[in-house]
Amino acid sequence: MLECRGITFSYDKNHKKLFQDIDLKINPGEIVGMPGPSGQGKSTLAKVLSGYLQPQVGTVLVDGSPLPAGKNPVQLIFQNPEHAVNPHWNVRKILNEGGIINPELSKNFGIQNFWLDRFPHELSGGELQRICLVRALCSNLRYLICDEITSMLDALTQAGIWHSLLQEIEKRQLGVLVISHDNALIARLCSRVVHFFEDTGK
Amino acid sequence: MFVQLYRIHLNRRSRTLVTVISCLALFAAVFLGAWLYGENGEITNLQLRKLPPSWEQPFGTDWLGRDMFARTLKGLRISLMIGLSAATASAIIALILGLAAATLGKAVDTAVTWLIDVAIATPHLILLILIAFACGGGAKGVIIAVAASHWPVLTRIIRAEVLQLRSSAFIHLSAKLGRGPLWIAWHHMLPHLLPQFVIGLLLMFPHAILHAAALTFLGFGMSPHTPAIGVLLAESMRYLSMGLWWLAVAPGLTLIISVQAFDILGNSLRVLLDPKTCRE
Ligand SMILES: Nc1ncnc2c1ncn2[C@@H]1O[C@H](COP(=O)(O)OP(=O)(O)O)[C@@H](O)[C@H]1O
Ligand SMILES: [Mg+2]
Repeated sequence: MLECRGITFSYDKNHKKLFQDIDLKINPGEIVGMPGPSGQGKSTLAKVLSGYLQPQVGTVLVDGSPLPAGKNPVQLIFQNPEHAVNPHWNVRKILNEGGIINPELSKNFGIQNFWLDRFPHELSGGELQRICLVRALCSNLRYLICDEITSMLDALTQAGIWHSLLQEIEKRQLGVLVISHDNALIARLCSRVVHFFEDTGK
Repeated sequence: MFVQLYRIHLNRRSRTLVTVISCLALFAAVFLGAWLYGENGEITNLQLRKLPPSWEQPFGTDWLGRDMFARTLKGLRISLMIGLSAATASAIIALILGLAAATLGKAVDTAVTWLIDVAIATPHLILLILIAFACGGGAKGVIIAVAASHWPVLTRIIRAEVLQLRSSAFIHLSAKLGRGPLWIAWHHMLPHLLPQFVIGLLLMFPHAILHAAALTFLGFGMSPHTPAIGVLLAESMRYLSMGLWWLAVAPGLTLIISVQAFDILGNSLRVLLDPKTCRE
């Protein structure tokens, strides 16, 4: 179980708190949705849950123990895949960063062999996002945080990516947090929705 | 259509490669020529004094009948060597200071940034003359002066590059995928920094060579015993009024050509090493 207890975060001491005293539990195999308008701190919470940022108060526990400093069973997929890859690396090297690539997995995500020698700027956003997903899925992860991962993509690409991803989540019983401002997408994918970042009239 | 596009791109890459190779060949020719001519530039021949350029003496001869082509080649070699040493020393200073500023915390960063600002605010030539003078002139003085005055720009680039890398998502992500700090430094950081460093170094050569020549021309640099291009140009001034124009024109032109070649080399390498342009 991925669990956070009483988390409070602000970017610096004088800054207002982005969120306060947040509790959240995600069980293996469960897909939890987190909707909300932009600028409220969804991405920040995603980074706290995956260990990129440390909360001022509270803890994040994965299956009972704190997040490790190194290899992380909680992987974050970013909204902009081009920031998540080294622009000087080719796709083959990028894919292999997390572990040995499972050919079947990479086929399910529609990764073409001729992409392997390309550089990131020679792929579309959707193609690059698939690569980031396959890379994360080959790294022994147990929990996946998806931060607006298909917001930049057209409806067809979006559907294709989620189709492949749902199969993998089901098969491996991954716990997933889906962050999106698209309520229809969340309604379609998630078995439970948490409302930390609804419109508060601010 | 795609094949055609690809061909055009390939052509641009090959053209860049040809440019790089021609520049390297030019420098090789200077060094080889200087080595082949050896001490020929020192031989005085009073029968062949003050001859304008001809087939036998392509750059003419000076007031002592020395072959200016041989002297220019040797002078160029000395100038290139001095530029090379000074630029390399300067680039190493830049690398150390840039890395220190970006990784050793706020106090070091503030100190290095302040040093950069001071060095950039000081007029270049005055700094050069002061340092060369303090070091007692000569090749050593020129190298120290040029090295000590050219590091700020590259330091700034390296510092900014490392800071930006350290905050990049893909670097943090690499750690989350289980990669250690050394692996990340080697596989992520170094390939980003190395091209910046090499190109910065190459683009520093022209400045180093020209400033070394300027210092020497002004009399704060090499003595007549090390006939660098700056020395040749300074000597030629005394004979310009007598109509020996070739004494200044030939060495001056070769100096400009070599400096330009380094500039072209640096910019071509930039194109080749950037993944956004390297396929073009
Ligand atoms: N690195 C940062 N430093 C300071 N403030 C930040 C940083 N990243 C985001 N913020 C601020 O935190 C707030 C929430 O941002 P974010 O978590 O990206 O929101 P969301 O994902 O819901 O759109 C925004 O006001 C943003 O300006
Ligand atoms: Mg966001």
